[in-house]
Amino acid sequence: MRLYRKYLAIQFKGAMQYKVSFFLTLLGQAFVTINMFLGIFFLFQRFHSIEGFTYNQVLLCYTVTLLQFYLAEFFARGFDRFDAMLGNGQFDRILVRPRNTVFQVLASRFEFTRLGRILQVLVLLPYAVATCGVEWNFPRALTVIFMVLGGALLFSGIFIAGGALSFFTTQGLEVVNVFTDGGKEHGKYPWNVYGKRVLQFCTYIVPYALTQYYPLLYVLGRETNPLYIFLPLCAAWFLLPAFLLWRLGLRRYKSTGS
Amino acid sequence: MKKYFSFFRLRLVTGLQYRVAALSGLVTQFVWGGLLILGYQAFYRSDPAAFPMTFQATATYIWLQQAFIMLFQAWGFENDIFESIRSGAVAYELCRPVSIYSMWFSRTAARRFSQALLRCVPVLVIAALLPVPYGIMPPADLLHLLLALLSLVLGTLVGVSVCVIVYFTAFFTISVEGLRAIFASMVELFQGAVIPLPFLPDGFRQVVELLPFASMMNTPLRIYAGDIGGASIAQAVGLQAFWLVTLVLAGKLMERSAMKRTVLQGG
Repeated sequence: MRLYRKYLAIQFKGAMQYKVSFFLTLLGQAFVTINMFLGIFFLFQRFHSIEGFTYNQVLLCYTVTLLQFYLAEFFARGFDRFDAMLGNGQFDRILVRPRNTVFQVLASRFEFTRLGRILQVLVLLPYAVATCGVEWNFPRALTVIFMVLGGALLFSGIFIAGGALSFFTTQGLEVVNVFTDGGKEHGKYPWNVYGKRVLQFCTYIVPYALTQYYPLLYVLGRETNPLYIFLPLCAAWFLLPAFLLWRLGLRRYKSTGS
Repeated sequence: MKKYFSFFRLRLVTGLQYRVAALSGLVTQFVWGGLLILGYQAFYRSDPAAFPMTFQATATYIWLQQAFIMLFQAWGFENDIFESIRSGAVAYELCRPVSIYSMWFSRTAARRFSQALLRCVPVLVIAALLPVPYGIMPPADLLHLLLALLSLVLGTLVGVSVCVIVYFTAFFTISVEGLRAIFASMVELFQGAVIPLPFLPDGFRQVVELLPFASMMNTPLRIYAGDIGGASIAQAVGLQAFWLVTLVLAGKLMERSAMKRTVLQGG
């Protein structure tokens, strides 16, 4: 853990060497976020609700999904560029060091500009929490925290699995984006909006809905079964196959030689 | 003219090399388009009367957007160009006996057309086979199809001319990251890539439709979908041509002032 902090500190100092660039990038990111919310805002101006969810409820759903994704991205994005590490032989260097490989890839790359996105969401989330019309109590607040936690673990698992796939293909696959960026983009609405079959996929195969739709029902008071509070944590099971895939890939790994 | 054409051809051939990447992208686009359409369907169910275009036109718009995503990519800047300006390698390009504006313009246009050529065919074919409200609708008639194609080319060139202007801003600032993101987000929102422009609130929409951004993706897709029809087609295409000329002139002006300012250091 101390080593992890040290990696973080070094990369942060690197980024701060270019201050103007750093802040302009933050501003640019703010524009990107505003864009996404404007899209939803305009649609709700027109339609007022989707599958019975109001604008502010969808806002809660979306900010939580974004937070899940950005947290995972912040910590595990190293796996996204993992194919490049394989290609240029950087991974060979990692293999000879006496630390866990997953940990080293995890720590290989932080982008502090991504912190900006997390901050933006942290500004939006209280607004959504305050306006979504929920009477907050302890179990409901706990559910939201579990949603963020479980979702961040789930997205991290997807990043790791995607990286592990590069062991087999050497080149990164754009298809992985369907599960990472797709999960973020389309997770703006509760997953039941897309119909029954999509919801089933997002419950049993890649369990986005466990961290989003079902606990949301509990938070909004549509479901009272306390089991729903803990559903988001169940989504963490996805880390298991992700790690297995990683181990499998690692065993097969042959250096590209460069 | 011939030399720009060969830049164009070179890029086209390079782009055609990446077939696996294209297949992978295809799957991504299908999931994306499909989920978008299902999302709009949910909105349609909640209030059909508020829907500003027919559902089928919306589905058509979304599939065309997916098919031609490479023509209108808001983030489709060529990073080599920014890198060459930053590192000074652009000096070599300046030595060549061609206009740097035209070279970058044809390079960017070529890349977009070549990437789109690969991607659009399978998306269009499969989307045409989907059951009725979800698929792409056939063109109204031959004239509409040709007009939409003309508008598609014009729209792409308008997009490229904005992109080249962003390249030239790199001569004046050190950091382009932020500017690039700001430009790209504006393009995305106002060309109708986030949501189709008819879904914008009235009043705001009319203003946005006059901006150069609306002349990019918005116009050709809505002409094909029949959402812009009759006399307004001529008007919309005319507006596209107007913006294309204006933006190219603006870009050329920027080129001239950038060339005046640029001092090449030896070494």
